[in-house]
Amino acid sequence: MKSWRAQVLVCAGAGCVSSGCAGVYNAIVEKIKEHGLSEEVRVIETGCLGSCNMGPLALVNPEGILYMKLTPADAGDIVLQHLVQGQPVERLMYKDPATGKAIAKMEDIDFFKLQQKIVLRNCGLIDPKNIDDYLERDGYKALEKVLLNMSPEEVIETLINSGLRGRGGAGFPTGLKWKFTHQAAKTPKYVVCNADEGDPGAFMDRSVIEGDPHSVLEAMAIAGYTIGANQGYVYIRAEYPLAIERLTWAIDQARERNYLGKNIFGSGFDFDINIKIGAGAFVCGEETALLASIEGKRGEPRPRPPFPAVEGLFGCPTLINNVETYANIPAIILNGADWFARFGTEKSKGTKVFALAGSIENTGLVEVPMGTPLYDLVYKIGGGLKKDKKFKAAQTGGPSGGCIPEKYINIPVDYESLAQIGAIVGSGGLIITDEDTCIVDFARFFMEFTQNESCGKCPPCRIGTKRILEILIRITQGRGKEEDLDRLRELCYNIKDTALCGLGQTAPNPVLTTLKYFEDEYLEHIRDKRCRANVCKRLTKKAGVKISN
Amino acid sequence: MSHACMCSSPNEEELYPLVDQVIEKYRGNPKELITVLHRIQKLFDYLPRQALEKVSDGLGMSLNEIHGVASFYSFFSMVPKGRHSIKVCLGTACYVKGGQKIVEHLEKKLAVHVGGTTQDRRFSLDEVRCIGACGLAPAVLVNDDVYAKVEPDKVEEILSKYE
Repeated sequence: MKSWRAQVLVCAGAGCVSSGCAGVYNAIVEKIKEHGLSEEVRVIETGCLGSCNMGPLALVNPEGILYMKLTPADAGDIVLQHLVQGQPVERLMYKDPATGKAIAKMEDIDFFKLQQKIVLRNCGLIDPKNIDDYLERDGYKALEKVLLNMSPEEVIETLINSGLRGRGGAGFPTGLKWKFTHQAAKTPKYVVCNADEGDPGAFMDRSVIEGDPHSVLEAMAIAGYTIGANQGYVYIRAEYPLAIERLTWAIDQARERNYLGKNIFGSGFDFDINIKIGAGAFVCGEETALLASIEGKRGEPRPRPPFPAVEGLFGCPTLINNVETYANIPAIILNGADWFARFGTEKSKGTKVFALAGSIENTGLVEVPMGTPLYDLVYKIGGGLKKDKKFKAAQTGGPSGGCIPEKYINIPVDYESLAQIGAIVGSGGLIITDEDTCIVDFARFFMEFTQNESCGKCPPCRIGTKRILEILIRITQGRGKEEDLDRLRELCYNIKDTALCGLGQTAPNPVLTTLKYFEDEYLEHIRDKRCRANVCKRLTKKAGVKISN
Repeated sequence: MSHACMCSSPNEEELYPLVDQVIEKYRGNPKELITVLHRIQKLFDYLPRQALEKVSDGLGMSLNEIHGVASFYSFFSMVPKGRHSIKVCLGTACYVKGGQKIVEHLEKKLAVHVGGTTQDRRFSLDEVRCIGACGLAPAVLVNDDVYAKVEPDKVEEILSKYE
């Protein structure tokens, strides 16, 4: 491959696209031409670098210097000062919030320094539209290793030993899932990738597909070989047009180079992948509903067992994993189970990608070892709360998750620790709220979401979430009664125990955790007709003033 | 509430040969129903009944079944939409950052409720659940353009770009 004196990587994740990175990219390309550098400096549009609120971003290699909040007008300085004269442009660098000093290198900025990138190993470093970039970073080497040197049993053993667990939210051991599907007798079998990232506040899967689509395709082909399938499907949300476009290109390129198709690496193994586009139904993230949707039906879940490993797509054994889970796999195959198991905690191995959003300074996508304290995510990587704001709660796991209060700010973020306090890691949405968020209204927001998205098949979810929502609305309007809180808890536990699928069973979590940790705020609404965040319009902000309805 | 004319315009008539082409590719294959509905909605921006009747014949399934699937998914619309679609993100991050205020502002500005279309069919207003631009909340989608960190007073400027 051609070697370049320098590379300018312009972030073209969806976040930077909406901040106007295309204009910045074009301006840099134009200036490079003007200065006659087209043969020595390569400019590429790359996947998400992670720090969305600093966008549009550009990283200049080999020095690793990060420029932020760029406009097309900045292109001239970057090219002339930095690339021609060798003087990095200080005014476009990140400024340390404490000292105000410019930090030149990306790796020295706290937001990036504390991260450990396995899933996002290529995001922001390669051109996702160019398969050669992926190949240069050991792309498809794991598939080659598996097809030529490993038995399916060895792949399964590696995954089991690595301790990798499903990143979609449930945390089921991935190796076991592969083992069960491998053992199923019926054929044909299918490999499915769940890219229906429906949790509001989560965009890690979108970024992986937009920034490094081949890592998912490679892992799916490895899965196909391991379980004995020749066909894969990626089920992806219609709301992610850019991801769909890049995935389509990636599949075409992989077919051209015969990483997909017949007789891959001359091994006699055939595998192909097709895209299925969702149509806007949250419940389709649940695996049985997702399969129904691929089959062209209403996306309604069904009881398990039988699990998809035994009876899945078109009634055949099917392996379903989430995007982030797949993206780990080529790295595990190449570096070994022990390498992967070194990261994380005893029971939660590896890393997790979180989407940091809400009322914090640095929003964006971060990847940290499992077990990283919540404090580090919020304050060291996230840069703390927005100016003058006070931490109220960290909401994890989307509408299935919970609100973590300040007293647990040091909790290690892993499957077990969060489950102990009633929250979940979930798919990795992490939203920080401050005193401007009313906790009762926040619970109402999530319940309205699940109520809207309930498919209506089972009564606990269809009717139960409706009753919870009615009570919450009543409380936010100042018409709540104290006994409502017991009624809420009872409803929540009943739904948890009796709903048909994961959506229903976890729907009460936001209500239960807020009741557990913020009961005083509920009681203020009910007894004092007061909303301290001043969100509930029919209530008053100050204590002690009552209004009548 | 206004009722837009539901009869098909001359432009729509011209699209039906394309509908036939889509259906031909998936003839007799109900498993591809959602793919077919996506293609048809791409042509018309909604799913006209006449086109669904053709799908019913072509894939060999009843209009009832097709309606059951189409109405299940929020992406599909069986009524005509405006020329430009405004979707306000109400994912958690956008909600926390004031997405609801944007919705209320747009409702007032356009004199429609969420789910509605302006009388001149210039805009349709909808809420969406997380478009994954959480780092830039609150976000608004107009057609395929994402607007980040939208404030109510920026709304007018955004709308003026769409005729």
